Order: sequence, then structure tokens, then C-alpha cells
Amino acid sequence: MTTPLLSLSGLTKAYPGVVANDDVSLEIGQGEIHALLGENGAGKSTLVKMIYGLVKPDSGLMKFNGEAFAPQDPRTARAGGVGMVFQHFSLFDALTVAENIALGMENAPAMGQLAARIREVSQSYGLPLSPDRTVGDLSAGERQRVEIIRCLLQDPKLLIMDEPTSVLTPQEVAILFETLNKLRSEGTSILYISHKLEEIRTLCDAATVLRLGKVVGACIPAETTARDMAEMMVGTALKTPQRSGNEAGEIILELNDLSLPPASDFGMPLREVSLSLRKGEVLGIGGVAGNGQDELLDALSGETQVAAGMITYKGVDMSSLGPNARRAIGLLSAPEERLGHAAAPDMSLVENAMLTGATREGLEKGGMLDWTAARGFADRIIEAFDVRTPSAANAARSLSGGNLQKFVIGREVLQRPDVLVVNQPTWGVDASAAASIRQALLDLAEGGAAVIVISQDLDELMEISDRFAALNEGRLSPPRPAAGLTVDEIGLMMGGAHDLEAAHG
Amino acid sequence: MIRLEKRPQPSRAYAMATPLLAVLATMIFGGLLFAVLGKDPVQSIITIFWEPLFGEFAFYYRPQLLIKGAPLVLIAIGLALGFKAGIWNIGAEGQYIMGAIFGAGVGLAFYPSESVFIFPLMILAGAFGGWLWATIPAVLKVKFGTNEILVSLMLVYVAEQLLASVSLGLLKNPEGFGFPGSRNLQQYASAHNAELITGSGMHWGVVAAFIAVIFAYVLLARHRLGFAIRVTGEAPRAARFGGVNPARLILFCLGISGMLAGLAGMFEVAGPAGQITIDFNVGYGFTAIIVAFLGRLHPVGILLAGLLMALTYIGGDIAQSQLQLPAAAIQVFQGMLLFFLLAFDLLTNYRLRFGNNEVTT
Repeated sequence: MTTPLLSLSGLTKAYPGVVANDDVSLEIGQGEIHALLGENGAGKSTLVKMIYGLVKPDSGLMKFNGEAFAPQDPRTARAGGVGMVFQHFSLFDALTVAENIALGMENAPAMGQLAARIREVSQSYGLPLSPDRTVGDLSAGERQRVEIIRCLLQDPKLLIMDEPTSVLTPQEVAILFETLNKLRSEGTSILYISHKLEEIRTLCDAATVLRLGKVVGACIPAETTARDMAEMMVGTALKTPQRSGNEAGEIILELNDLSLPPASDFGMPLREVSLSLRKGEVLGIGGVAGNGQDELLDALSGETQVAAGMITYKGVDMSSLGPNARRAIGLLSAPEERLGHAAAPDMSLVENAMLTGATREGLEKGGMLDWTAARGFADRIIEAFDVRTPSAANAARSLSGGNLQKFVIGREVLQRPDVLVVNQPTWGVDASAAASIRQALLDLAEGGAAVIVISQDLDELMEISDRFAALNEGRLSPPRPAAGLTVDEIGLMMGGAHDLEAAHG
Repeated sequence: MIRLEKRPQPSRAYAMATPLLAVLATMIFGGLLFAVLGKDPVQSIITIFWEPLFGEFAFYYRPQLLIKGAPLVLIAIGLALGFKAGIWNIGAEGQYIMGAIFGAGVGLAFYPSESVFIFPLMILAGAFGGWLWATIPAVLKVKFGTNEILVSLMLVYVAEQLLASVSLGLLKNPEGFGFPGSRNLQQYASAHNAELITGSGMHWGVVAAFIAVIFAYVLLARHRLGFAIRVTGEAPRAARFGGVNPARLILFCLGISGMLAGLAGMFEVAGPAGQITIDFNVGYGFTAIIVAFLGRLHPVGILLAGLLMALTYIGGDIAQSQLQLPAAAIQVFQGMLLFFLLAFDLLTNYRLRFGNNEVTT
């Protein structure tokens, strides 16, 4: 066997109060796609940052192609042959693709030459992209291609990809995988970070699982079930959310051609969104981020006012009601952004319990607030949803993402809504917390409430939805029964891939 | 290398301690400043902080503390309600002037008839004048999205012009031998905001300031509206999600701060000042901004900060006359107080880390 491309032995990195990586060792072979698995906070980011020169390890050894490798900064890492595509893009909207790529290069060639090389690389790897287009006009998938091509122009031997598919439609994922397979066949190794276990099973040759900074296992993904990998990540057996196929009841909420102009220049309008929601059902709404999810939630929560007749609740028009009036009659919601929207970061959990609970929980009488009762409500949420916090007096921002999410969802669920609308209920939440949140939503539906789950996680939607619809460019596809939907059908509902024909032509 | 590291949650200890640290630092650096000017630093600090309270002429200065502190507290309480919600009324000085003009105007309209209803009417008129002046930027902001900082500030200069105009015209004392300025309300019993206890400095404005402190405390701690103010300041989007109507909150916050500033102006013109003159306003509306921040935007803090600020005013005057310190040095001294407060404020949300570590996130 040849020397591995990258070998890490005993890497340790500690931050005050937490050991992010503890004696981590792994090897990535030449031309291997290696998956790095782990929950949030398991230490994946710290590990790849050490490889990319953003963070220096406290101890341990890295070898690249058999030689000692200790990049001082990303520039030396790139020079050594490591490229990285981040989860969040660093692109300038107002510049063209070629200009953006030139900005990230050490010695950028002349613009014409660079454009030609971009075309060449995008052709040969099946990543359709015109160098002259303005980045602001590109879809998320296309922006990602800019980042990938930027890396490929440097001829990396190792490409690190951090959650690359979270912003892509299934068709775009397919294009990406073809590109990655082609890179592998040319001998480039890829370190692939993802939560999506099925993807890893189809794509990756090997996998390393991290938990709390330590390597807890390795496996061949194709020969391991997704469930086994998930349990390795979590460290305990996972409960699959249980549902009891209850019958959908009468119609409780109707949207009739709900339309909204965009809130800002870069905002997304809502275009004639129609649906009827029945008691006891879970409606899943999928779609790539930025296609009207936030706008739909704001229109339903009452934060944005819509024209009369667009929203009917229990047969009554409630388009003009504000958030608290809607809460009073049983329509509750939980927005995606936990810090700053669903909760005030610097305020305590008690105050955040008051934020939405005042009306329904009787925490307010004649304008005066009852903080003792609010404290009781916050404690009930913490207890019922296993929110890990020293006390309800702690600031919302001191909680981890998953714990705050449990609090935010629990706050609405405990108010016994008739309709609950949630956006990205398990985003950035670890697997076991996600399972308990999904279970809570299913229990709510079983109790007769109607639930709308807006999410970009298709696996989640398929797991808990009775019916599925997709948002694309502010339009909602007609909902279809979730059971039996194929990935292709879902992808088409989400709008398919941009420039699909041009790829792999 | 020193780095700042965000605390997981704001430190309560530092939130309480920063005003004290700021006062201490101001004393030290103010002392240095006075030393550079050739004055004895210890003597200067004692003159400013000790003399007005316990010095030889304390019987004269102590009532001044209430007289100067009351308008500061009254105005700062209103400003703090807005500041907490991220609504920046910088034009309290103008609202203070308008309150005085309206209040004095109503009183003088009844001159020389005497009635117990005149003074209450003047209070209402003063509150209305300040409210009106603050509602202009509020309405413009709600309707057209204008910046309330600029509009309220510019309206100060409009108010000053109006003040000059009425001193020379509408409200000019017909028996004043042509001098600018209105009749002296101190000599008009029904309109006079007299001392409630002789020699104490206690007038109705002081009472109003105390009531405002209690009112604001209850509002912020226990009322839905106060909660709406706090959430809006912390996270505007979360506030909207929580059912706060931003337009109504802007109208309320600017309105109430204008009203309190107007009241302060009315009590001042009917009491300590006595008459409308061209130079009636002496900057209480601007100093109150410092008081609001020095008091952590907290009602009780503002009460203490208002008294402290009044103390530096009085002490500064004494230092000027006794030690020949230039007035500008006193102003620098007061400015230092706000500067150090804001600087130490950082420690509430951040802690200092010493040592050389690379970027962590």
C-alpha cells in the first residue's frame, strides 16, 4: 500500500474549558473520499481548521504525502495542496465570477486568461458556470460552484468540503457528486463533512466518527447502515419518532392566493400560495433556503400583514390580526433564527418565556406582568423538553443551539396550539435532540393540532410529514401525500437544478 | 497581547460596578488634568465633590442639588425609556424649551387673575408642549422613515429661535422697560412653582422627578409596555415576533420623553428661572443624555446619576470661583465621566484575556 496522502496522529487542541480535539488520528489515502462525521460540537470544524492552517494544534503530528506538515496559515496550506470549500461562501455579490475568483488567488492571471481557465475547469468537471455572470444573480448551488472552481484552479491534492449539500436541491447534489467522483478518479482526495448519512453512504470510501473531540470509530460507509453511523455519532441508541397514522380531521387553516411583495431589494416575494391544512396532520414544506420560507412564516405568525381574505382560520378571516391576537386564537409559530427572532439573546429564559407565552399562559393581567408565573412556565419548558441550562435565569445566548431550539419549540408546544408553524425546527441541533423535537411535533399532531414544518432537511420532512409541498421562488407547489414520493419528484417540486442540461453534456 | 472575549452572558457585577469605576477614573484623570493646569489636584477634587455637600456654604449648595438635579432626572428618565428601545431622542433640549414656552404662556394668559387651577393647567400645557415637539420626529419616522436623531436635534434649534422670538415678542413683559423676557412668574402667586419647604430646594419639579423614577421603574419591571421597550432594544425582530407594534412604540417613547422634558422646562420656568428669556435653556436636555447613560438607563441609577451630575455642576462652579479653574476644564471633567463609563461598559459584555493565542473560531 502506498503512503497515505494525509495522516494525522495524536492531534490535540484545547480551548479554555473545552478540549476540542483530543488525540485525534486518522489517515486519508490517495484518491479517497473520506467522511468526517460527528454532531455539532464534536470537533470536526477544529480538526479541518488545523489541516487548513487556521488553527494551530497544541500537540500532535500531521504528515502530508509522507512529509511533516504544519501550515502556519491558509496560504501555506493552499501552497501545500490543500483546498477548502466552506459552508458559508465568501463572495462579493456585486462582482463577476471571474473577479471573485481572481480576488482569492495569489498571482491572478489576466482576466481573459482566467476566464478561459474557469471555462476549461468548469467544462471538464461538469460544473456549468459562466465567468462573466454577476455573483448576486447566482443560485446557492452556483455560488458553491464558484468556490469549488476557485479551489480546483489551485490543483489541490486534498479538497476539504464542509457540509456542501445543505444548500442544494437533489439534482444539484447529483451534479456535485459526479464532480467529486471525477476528482477522485484523477487522484484527488476529499475530506467530506456532512450530517447526511445517506449521502455519505453513496459517496464516501471511508469514514471517521468524532464525538466530544475524540475519534470513537471508523467504518466503511457503504457497508454500514445510516442508523449504525448515527448511533456511533450520538453514542446511544436512537429513537425513531413514532407516529400512529391518525386520520386528518376538518380544515382548520386555509391560505388563499397569499401574495406578498418582497420586503427588500434582495427579498423574495410570496406568489399566490394556497393550501388547506387539516387538524391532526403534519404538512412538510421543503425547498432550498431563500425561496420564501422566512416570508411565509412571518405572514403566518402575523409579523407581516397580508391583504384581507388571504388567511382563513377556522373559517374566519384573520389576515389583519397581529402576532398576539393570532396566539390568542391558537395559531402559534417558531421562526428559524433562534437568536434575535425566536428569542432575545441577552434576555433570560424567563423573559423569553414571557415573550410569546404572555397571552395564552395568563402571564399578564391588565398589562401587568406576572414574573413568578413566567418563571414557572420557563421551568416547565426546561423540565418537559430537557433543556440543559443551570437555571431559567440564564441568558438565551448562553445556551447551546440545540438547547435553545428545544426551549423555543417547547415554549410553543406547551401552549397547546391548534396550529403550529415551525421553520427549520432541528437546524444545527444534534441527532438526539432533533429526534425529541420531531417526536414532540408528531405528538402535537396526534393530539389533534395541525403542524406546518418548513425545513431544508428532506429526510426530516419525509420522516414526519403526512403531506409534502415545496417552496420555489416564492411559489408553493400543490401538496402531495408524502408516502411514496421519490427523490426525483421531490427535486422537481423544489425547482430541479439550475442549468441542468449544460452539465455533463 | 490583550484580547477581548465575549462573555457567555452579561456580567451583573460589572454592570453595577462600571459607574463607580468610571467616577473613580474620572477623579484620577481629572486630577491629573487639574495638576497640569497648575492646580492642586486633591484640593480641586475635594472642592468639586465635597464642598457642595459638607463645606462651609453647604446650606446654600444643598438645595441647589435638588434644583439642578430634578430637571436632569426628569428628562433622563424619559430619554432612557426611548434609549432602551433603540429610539434616540437627542432633542430633549428643544422639548424642554417648548414645555417652558407652553407652560409660561398659559400662566401669563391668565395674568393677573388668581386661581388654584392655573398652575395645574400650566403643568398640562408644559407636558403638551414637550410632547408636541417630540411627536414631530416620531410621526416623521413612522410615516417616512426619517432619522429621529437628526430631526429631534434640528428641532432644538428651531425651538431656540422660537424662544428668542417669544422673549422679544409674544411673551415679552409689557412693563419690562423694553428688556427682552417675560414677566417673572415668581411674582405671580398662582403660577409660581414655589419651594414646598423653605430652604430645601424642594419644588413640584422635584416631586415630579421622584414620581417619574417610580413610574419608570414599575413600567420597565412589571408592565407589558416596559417589557416591549426592553425587548425592542435587545432584539427588534424578536419584539415584533412577540407582538410589539414598532410604530406605536416609537410614538410612545418619543412622546413620553418629550412630555417629561416639557414638564422639566415648565417647572424650571415657573420656579428657579422665573421667566422666559432668550438664554433660558442651559443645556439640561443634552446633559440628561449623559445622565441617562451614567445611570445605566435604570430609573434608580438615573436618580443617583442626576444628583452626581448636579454635584459636578455645583462643585464645578465653586472650583471656578475659588480655584480659578477654567470653565472648559470642568466641561472636560464632565465629558470624561461619560467617556470612562462607556469604556468600562465594555467589560460587562467582554472580558480581557492576556496572552498570545491564535484566532479561535
